[in-house]
Order: sequence, then structure tokens, then C-alpha cells
Amino acid sequence: MADSVSGLSSVEAIDLTPVEKPRQLFLEVLYDWVTTVDHKKIGLMYIAYSLIFLVIGGIEAIVMRIQLAVPHNTFVSPQVFNRMFTLHGTTMVFFVGMPILFGFGNYLVPLMIGARDMAFPRLNAFSFWISAFGGFLLYYSFIGGSGLYGAGSAPDVGWFAYAPLTARVFSPGHSTDYWTLSILLSGIGSIGTALNIVATVICMRCPGMKLNRMPLLAWLYLVTSSMVFIAVSPLTAAQIMLMLDRYVGSHFFDAQAGGSAILWMHFFWIFGHPEVYILVLPAFAFANEIIPVFSRKAIFGYPAMVAASVGIGFISLSVWAHHMFAVGMGAGANVFFVFSTMIISVPTGIKIFNWLATIWGGKIRFASPMLFSVGFLFQFLVAGLTGIMLSVAPFDWQLTGSYFVVAHFHYVLVGAILFMIFAAFYYWFPKATGRMMSERLGKWHFWLMVIGFHLTFDFMHIPGLLGMPRRIYTYEPGRGWEIWNLLVSIGAVIQAIATLIFVYNLVHSYYKGEKAGNDPWDAWTLEWSTASPPPSYNFATTPIVHSRRPLWDIKHPEDPDWNYE
Amino acid sequence: MSTIPITPDPADEPWVLPDRGTIGMACLIIAESAIFVIFVVAYIFYMGQGLGGPTPKQVLELPIFTTICLLSSSLTLHWAVVGLRKSKIGAFNAWLAATVVLGAIFLIGTGMEWYHLIYVDGLTIQTNLFGTTFYSLVGLHATHVIVGLLMLIAALIFGLTGHVDEKHAHRMDVLSLYWHFVDAVWVIVFTVVYVLGR
Repeated sequence: MADSVSGLSSVEAIDLTPVEKPRQLFLEVLYDWVTTVDHKKIGLMYIAYSLIFLVIGGIEAIVMRIQLAVPHNTFVSPQVFNRMFTLHGTTMVFFVGMPILFGFGNYLVPLMIGARDMAFPRLNAFSFWISAFGGFLLYYSFIGGSGLYGAGSAPDVGWFAYAPLTARVFSPGHSTDYWTLSILLSGIGSIGTALNIVATVICMRCPGMKLNRMPLLAWLYLVTSSMVFIAVSPLTAAQIMLMLDRYVGSHFFDAQAGGSAILWMHFFWIFGHPEVYILVLPAFAFANEIIPVFSRKAIFGYPAMVAASVGIGFISLSVWAHHMFAVGMGAGANVFFVFSTMIISVPTGIKIFNWLATIWGGKIRFASPMLFSVGFLFQFLVAGLTGIMLSVAPFDWQLTGSYFVVAHFHYVLVGAILFMIFAAFYYWFPKATGRMMSERLGKWHFWLMVIGFHLTFDFMHIPGLLGMPRRIYTYEPGRGWEIWNLLVSIGAVIQAIATLIFVYNLVHSYYKGEKAGNDPWDAWTLEWSTASPPPSYNFATTPIVHSRRPLWDIKHPEDPDWNYE
Repeated sequence: MSTIPITPDPADEPWVLPDRGTIGMACLIIAESAIFVIFVVAYIFYMGQGLGGPTPKQVLELPIFTTICLLSSSLTLHWAVVGLRKSKIGAFNAWLAATVVLGAIFLIGTGMEWYHLIYVDGLTIQTNLFGTTFYSLVGLHATHVIVGLLMLIAALIFGLTGHVDEKHAHRMDVLSLYWHFVDAVWVIVFTVVYVLGR
């Protein structure tokens, strides 16, 4: 090892084994976590809170699938069904997707760029708690209302809350107020965290880590976070307008007084479509880290990957109205949004080919993180293809609001994003806890998940093509939808079982998993150079990097990475 | 220890990164701009679409004086920071106090305008689309002025009690970025609401 190479090698000289602390009382531990400003603890809290909501949102999905498994089912009432799909969508996007990705970002970004913490640690804690408060506020609506199965007076306006459904007349009581407030609060939290990540990536990099040497994960979090404050802010503004409408009687979305429901759609989707990319770019980020390590090759086309990500970020801000082809915007607007939507498949395609080129000829290890990444590659490709189909306005006119659309976006959200989140869990769990997750349970999880996923969302396209609309609580027999709906419901249950195996694996491995060591995957980025779990200051000495793969330089001093940049 | 022929970057290359306060404030300004854009778009979208009620032409008067006050407060704040950087605490306090007074005059002007609109002209946020978009857009801006004023007053109190020296200049830079942003937004609001809207 060359001590002179970098600060990194001297890290190994210092004893990083965590000091055994005396057992703390439960209240002390709680106090530690509630008051912490450490980016790793906040990241873990984000992840824990989104896992809780993942289970809740999953239960809501299962309730819907039980209701739709057979025609004329009476498992839930229409009202409860409406609440279920509203809460399922809202929960999964705002309280699972965003927080889990911010959780990983919080945990990984400072570690990967060699910083000791985020740029604004206290803002970080504030953002977490206000987001979490938003999530719990949504479910607080359950308390004290009427309705079956404890659904109380939960919101029932759909996750997009189209006007005029949200007007006082159509949505009496406080359910929509809970929805608005919870989204508003979590939006403020998201903007705070995004701002923090951008400032961290720009201002906190360790010496030598130029922008063109940052891990792609840091790059993608930079792009995603920049998109958050361009895309989530409009949503916040729209929520303020909706609250003004509901509380003080203004008329933004009140058609009776000349207001416009279409304006809400625009404002919502100006947020809503970039949101898809806000969620999927971190999934790309995980793939960028995991696929090279498990193929034993450097990522193919680093500059192209960066350019494609920035390109996706820009183009995604101009595609929102492809959710509104059926509204009647006129041919000019439709053509613009058809083409902007199609153009986004170019940078996305660049990414897929770069991942394939990275895998090509590599020494592939099919550990759980790689399995999920391969599943991601395949499923993301299919999701992209149905996406191109739906970007064609005439095709969209036929199928918008049908189960084909539901199948398409679940292909992205589950097949791509959730699969990569699982991969990220298997990959970074050893770093966060010091223990490996069980490979055997991981394989069970993966294969059950793949089977359940394809059973559910492949077959969901078919009733959509046969004309089954979204958001119906039941249907007539004899339209050819029964068999497909039954298969879809069975697939959903299999996915639920797979997820439970995953949760069991998390808990079991936390206590019983085999010790991981600092660098169990033989990886190349900075987070693997410190102890597992990392000490509260991350690095004993500030690392200095000279290439994109600092640990490779240390492990292979005869063939350092900077020769190839 | 294997010896390696390492020729990475020259070790003495200076490693300077941007100030996190400035970057953080820049990000906040982008986020806030996006919020303002939505409100401005709503204002323009509904311009002239009100069903009855007072119209902008009937009730709005150009707030020339308060606008001049607000825009010149950007200048006074700039001189305050310049004074601070030169360690002239007295000048800093004086210019900062002038900024606070000018900002306060602007707020009082908005308050008087709103009082007149509500109690004389009978225009509230519920009256029509003009009321809805006017009060929300101008109110959003006024909220930002209030927040900025509170921070400026805090800085002034620190200045008067002798807690500020030239080491804090970059913090004042960050604060003045925010204040300049609030002023710039007013230029847009003024143009859209009082010039184009009438």
C-alpha cells in the first residue's frame, strides 16, 4: 500500500472498530435518534419510515386486488375502494418513493464524496421530521370519521386530486384538507433535502474529487435534487392555491366562478411527470454503482451517462401534458408533447446500452444486488416500450384511463424503481449494519418477486386493452376480464409474500447475519473505505482521490484508474 | 510498501469549493422562483376573466412610491454589506436601518392598498378571479418581504449590540441575495399586475 498515494491508505492504519458502548436505556436511544443531525441516522430514519409506509401502501394494494379478483365482489364498498386507491397512490409516491430515495441519498452522498456530513445538518433533520409529519398527518385522517374498515374520512379524490373533485361541494369534511396539508408538508421537506443534497455535492467534496470524478450516484442525485426544486415547488404552489380555495373561498379551481379545472391538471402534472424521473434517476444511480461492481468492469461511457442524466432532467420538465392528451388541448400542444415525450427515450436508451456494455464481457457475479439489477434492466426496457406506445396521442386517446396505463406506470414504479431499491438494500445493507443480508432469502425474494411482478403487471395490460377502466370498484362478468383480474390478484399476493420475506431478511440479518467487514463486495467507491457501520465522522482522515475509482487505485497500485480517464 | 510511479494531480493544486451558504440560497431562490412562476401563470391565465365585481382597471393604482422604496432598499443593503466588508460597522448599521425602513414603508403601502381595496372597493379574495389571483400573488410576495424584513431586523439588532464584524460579511451576502431576489420578484409582479393587468 502506498501511504503517499492518498489519505485513503492511512485510514487503514487507524483502528476503526466501533467501541463497545454500554447498553443505553430505551429513552436514551430514542433521544439520540430524535435529536440527531447525523446524515447516516437521518438517512436510516427516512428508510425506516418509508418501509413502514411501503407495508401500509402494499396492504392497500392487496385490499384493492382482493376486491377486483372476481366480478361483483363486495369485499369493500365503493367509497372505501376510492379511499384505498387514493391512499395507495399518495402513500407510494410521497411517503415511500421520495423518502426512500432521499434516505439512500442522505446516507450515501456524503460518504461517496468523502464528506463528513451534509452541508446543512440541522436543515436535514428539519426536512426529515416535517416530511414524516406529513406522512402521519395523511393517516391521521383515519381517526374519527365514518366508514368501513376504519377507513374513516380518508381522502378519496385520487392521488392527482383533480378539480372539481376537491371542491368543498364534492368533498365535504376534512379528508381533502388532510391530503393537501400532508402533501404540502412533505413537499417542503423534499425541497429542503434536495437543496441540502445539491449544496453537499457542490460544496463538500473531498480534495481531488472533481465533478468528472464524482461517482455517478452523486451526479444523479445532483440532477434529481435540482429537479425536485423545479418540479415540487409548483406542486407546493398548487397546494397553497387548493388550500386557499378550500379555506378562504378563493376561486382558482372553481368552475362556477370562472376558475379552471384544466389549470389544476397542468399544475399537478408539471410536478407529476418530472416526479417519475425524480424517482427513477436515483434507481439509475443505484444501477450505476451496482452493475459495474458485479461485472468487475468500470462503468461504460461515464461522460455519456452524465450527459444522458442531465438531458433526462431537462427534457422531463417539458413532457407533463402527455397526461392530458384526452383533455382537448388542441393538435399543436399534443404534437409538442408527443415529440418531447418521445425524445426522452433517447437519453434513456443511451443509459440502457451503457449498462449492457458494462455487463458485456464482464465477470458477472449473480449475488442478490446483481439479480435485482438485471431484473431492473429488462423490466425498465419493457416499461419504456409501453411508454413510447402511450406517448402517441391517438393510441393514448384509446387507452388513457384504462388498466393498460396502470400496468405501464407500475412497470416503471415497481419493475424498475422498486427492484433497484431492493438491489440497493442488498448492496448497502452491509455498510449500514456491518452484517450481510442472507443470500438464500435474497434469492427467494428475487424469484418470488419476479414471478409475482410479471403475473401482475404483464397480465394487467390485457384487461386494459379489452377496455377495463381504472378506478372502478367492481365489474360485470362476461367481458373477458375475469381470468386476467384473478391472475393479477394472485400475482399481487405473491409480491406481497416476497416483500414479507425481504422484511424478514432485513430484521433477521440485522441480528444474525454474517459479519461483513469494510468492503464485502470488493467495490471501488469511497464509502467502502471506512468501517461498517461508518463512525459518526465517516472518515478518520479526509480522503484524497485521484480517479473515479479511488479504492481500485489502492487495491491495484500497479494499474491505477487515472491512466484510463 | 510497493513503490508506485504515481503522477496524479500536482499535490499543491488548491482545492477550493463554493460557499455552501451561497449555493444553498441559490437553490432556495430557484425553488421560490418556481413557486412564483406558478402564481404568476395563474394570474396571467385568469387575467380579464373575472365574472363581475371590481376589475383591475377600476380599483388598482400604481404603487410608484412604495416600489421606488423597495427597489432602492436593494441598493442600501448593498452599501451596508460593502461597509461591513470594510469594517465600517457604523455605516453598516446606518444603511441596514435605512433598508429596514424602506422595506417597512413598502409593507405599510401594501397594507394601506389592501385596506382600501377591501373596505372601500369591496374586493376580497372571494369576490372574483381578480381578487383571488391578486391577493394570492401580491400576498405571497408580501410574505417574502416580511420574512426578509425579520431577518434584516435581526441582523440590525446584532449590529447595534456589537455582535457583527467583517467576518460575518459572507452571511450578509447570503441574506442580501434573498433580499435582491424579493426585489426582483416585485419587478415582475409590478409589471404583470399593475402594468399588463390594467
